[in-house]
Amino acid sequence: MAELGHDATSYAPPREQPEMELPHSHSFWTTYVFSQDAKTIAIQYSVTAISVGLLALLLSILIRLQLGFPNTFSLIDPSTYLQYVTMHGMIMVVYLLTALFLGGFGNYFIPLMIGARDMAFPWLNMLSFWFYFVSVLILVASFFVPGGPTGAGWTLYPPQLISEGTPGIHGGVILMMVSLGVFIAGFTMGGLNYVVTILQYRTRGMTLMRMPLTIWGIFMATLLALLAFPALLVAALMVLLDHLAGTSFFMPAMFSMGEQLPHEGGSPLLFQHLFWFFGHPEVYIVALPAFGVVSDILATHARRNIFGYRMMVWALIAIGGLSFVVWAHHMYVSGMNPYFGFLFATTTLIIAVPTAIKVYNWVLTLWHGNIRLEIPMLFAIGFIFTFINGGMTGLFLGNVTVDVPLADTYFVVGHFHMVMALAPVMTIFAAIYHWYPKITGRMLHEGMGKIHFWVTFIGAYAIFLPMHYLGLAGVPRRYYAYGESSPFIGESVVTLNAFITVAAVLVAAAQLMFIYNLIRSRKHGKEAGPNPWNANTLEWQTEHTPPTHGNFGKELPVVYRWPYDYGVPGAKYDFIPQNVPPEEVEMIDEGVRRT
Amino acid sequence: MAESASPGTPPPGFTGIVSDWSSDQTTFKGAGWGKPMMWLFILSDIFIFGMFLLGYMAARMSTTDPWPDASAVFALNMFGMQIPLLLIAIMTFILISSSGTMALAVKYGYERNRKVCGRLILATAALGAVFVGMQAFEWSILIADGVRPWANPWGAAQFGATFFLITGFHGTHVTIGVIALLYMYRKVMRGDLDDGRPGAVTGRKGRWEMVEILGLYWHFVDLVWVFIFAFFYLW
Ligand code: HEM
Ligand SMILES: [Cu+2]
Repeated sequence: MAELGHDATSYAPPREQPEMELPHSHSFWTTYVFSQDAKTIAIQYSVTAISVGLLALLLSILIRLQLGFPNTFSLIDPSTYLQYVTMHGMIMVVYLLTALFLGGFGNYFIPLMIGARDMAFPWLNMLSFWFYFVSVLILVASFFVPGGPTGAGWTLYPPQLISEGTPGIHGGVILMMVSLGVFIAGFTMGGLNYVVTILQYRTRGMTLMRMPLTIWGIFMATLLALLAFPALLVAALMVLLDHLAGTSFFMPAMFSMGEQLPHEGGSPLLFQHLFWFFGHPEVYIVALPAFGVVSDILATHARRNIFGYRMMVWALIAIGGLSFVVWAHHMYVSGMNPYFGFLFATTTLIIAVPTAIKVYNWVLTLWHGNIRLEIPMLFAIGFIFTFINGGMTGLFLGNVTVDVPLADTYFVVGHFHMVMALAPVMTIFAAIYHWYPKITGRMLHEGMGKIHFWVTFIGAYAIFLPMHYLGLAGVPRRYYAYGESSPFIGESVVTLNAFITVAAVLVAAAQLMFIYNLIRSRKHGKEAGPNPWNANTLEWQTEHTPPTHGNFGKELPVVYRWPYDYGVPGAKYDFIPQNVPPEEVEMIDEGVRRT
Repeated sequence: MAESASPGTPPPGFTGIVSDWSSDQTTFKGAGWGKPMMWLFILSDIFIFGMFLLGYMAARMSTTDPWPDASAVFALNMFGMQIPLLLIAIMTFILISSSGTMALAVKYGYERNRKVCGRLILATAALGAVFVGMQAFEWSILIADGVRPWANPWGAAQFGATFFLITGFHGTHVTIGVIALLYMYRKVMRGDLDDGRPGAVTGRKGRWEMVEILGLYWHFVDLVWVFIFAFFYLW
């Protein structure tokens, strides 16, 4: 019995919670616009996030055209270059990845995967989306105010952020800060829901240690976000006051444009501490859900249980905890006390341990698996590649002595794109190909999917691998142009920059094809059926595809096992869904039942 | 495999915690969703105030100008004497008392004593409003003395900046609490919590637990005040 139905219970535990109070919608407006159904909210979140993400993609292409062919295209000038870099970074990290993973995937999957009808407080959940939506509008509005958006980099360091000479110091900075504030308020409303729903609304038999790793990842990431965003909120408020009310939280006494500024005695380092106390956990806010999603997709498409489930959960928790004590590894060259560098390098290297455990477990899950190279699987394997790659260069940058010469070069740009841009984006693609059939009832086109994967994967390497070389060659980041080749910026740098740009344009084109695929398959895709991948988790066992309001039928499902019973020896089928009781598992030898 | 123990008889101590967290369905047995959500919000809000106070300490330590002397700045001129911290002592006393009335309101709420509970909620709101009023009074004294967010007559400019920012942020919390209390007063008196009448905004059915949840918020806001008091007035 041991391996059959991991942790199976032979009886269904009694029901403890009362039925949820579900708000029913009666009109077009409450069904599609101000919907309180988590699934609709999820789709609203996702569509908004992907749209603003495409804007960020477009900005990156404009940046790249400038860098690759500085004399051919004169689309942007030095100020707009900086503004586009800033907006590209900020949109990608906060408004695309955070919103999509937590607001999009969190809303769709939490209730379905834990067997709940909806979020704990659907009204607040709806409000969360509308706050997010408004924050996006405010952010985009900054392109249209005089002076344009801020150009201080997504790290927004003062004093530069609000000093004369930086683009966008008039309207742009203010809109950026207000938008972040609204985003954080909206996120908090959603985040409270995600955590409380997971803790209080699991179905019968669904213990925490039987939750799919996707849910574990989203759960930990939401906790991190609830504790990390406060630092950003506080920093944003103080910056606004420095800018508008003439306070000096972050502004030291300065001379600018030949005159003494009215500020005195503030600490720019304080901002960096606040920012990175948010900023480093933010990396994990987008990474932990990706870890979870990838674990589930690997197990499903390799027809094998995830290796070391418990280890995976504890690693997520350990990473989440440690991520709050590593922030100053972004500040080795900031002028803080050098002894801090030693402390934070140590914690940074410690966090590599649980991370490495996860990577080993993914690889071991594939070992001897019955791997099916379907599109979600391709992207999930792509994730493993880019994540290992970025993790390795992270070890370089985590060490003070190595980081000092590499800080603010393209090596850093290569590193963080590998680990926090590509890896989560690969996961998002994997997830969309994996769950699109559930959300729409149809499969995405396979041929286009294959092209999309290979162009994106190889193209991404073509973009970001050479950046490491550029960094080692000493090319600084956030530069508009590097001038003619010189002893410092060699000929190879110019050639490589052109090459990277060509690759970036190709990758961007592949994303447009993906969008086309999303829209086309909605109507013309192959019918998917309820469970096209033969997966075990509860969302594939719903009565209807796509699931209707309330998710499950009259009765909520009862869970008897963990979600990874793939390829169980002796069982007739290579998967046993979570809601199949032990006595109903069909064995190879008909009639013989092991209980 | 830990089974969900039948509700009502949790095992004691550490074993109880372990069995709650390893059970199915609910982690916090019998707590519903509202209370855990408020606790989590409070945790997040603690981080906001924590960041504010850490920022204040950092600003105070990194500025080069001397920090104004709290007992002189916050003294009240009465009967021809400077009495240090008088106003603030009264304010603190009022806010702490409001925690007392709130706790009683929760007790009477659970006893389904609509009238007493409602009056206590109203008293809490009144004490909170008095607190905010006195804070406005204190701000006006300081402003009259020449304290501005960007400067003050006695030393480091960060004094005014952090003071107005942090007490203002806390005062906003109290104000929101007062509004919520008044709204709750109306709900209690109208009997919404007895009949489970849906709320006007969220559409959620009224439950007596709501009083306790609001109480959690109120006690938290009081507790934060104790820290602000210690850091600004006693340091
Ligand atoms: C095709 C995809 C992408 C391309 C070609 C691209 C390219 C670039 C380039 C050229 C820069 C500016 C480097 C500099 O001048 O310093 C940059 C910055 C940045 N990118 Fe991307 N990027 C892509 C996707 C992403 C994604 C998905 C993320 C999400 C995490 C991301 C996050 C950032 C951040 C945080 C910065 C730093 C902005 C700053 O310096 O303030 N990028 N990217
Ligand atoms: Cu970091």
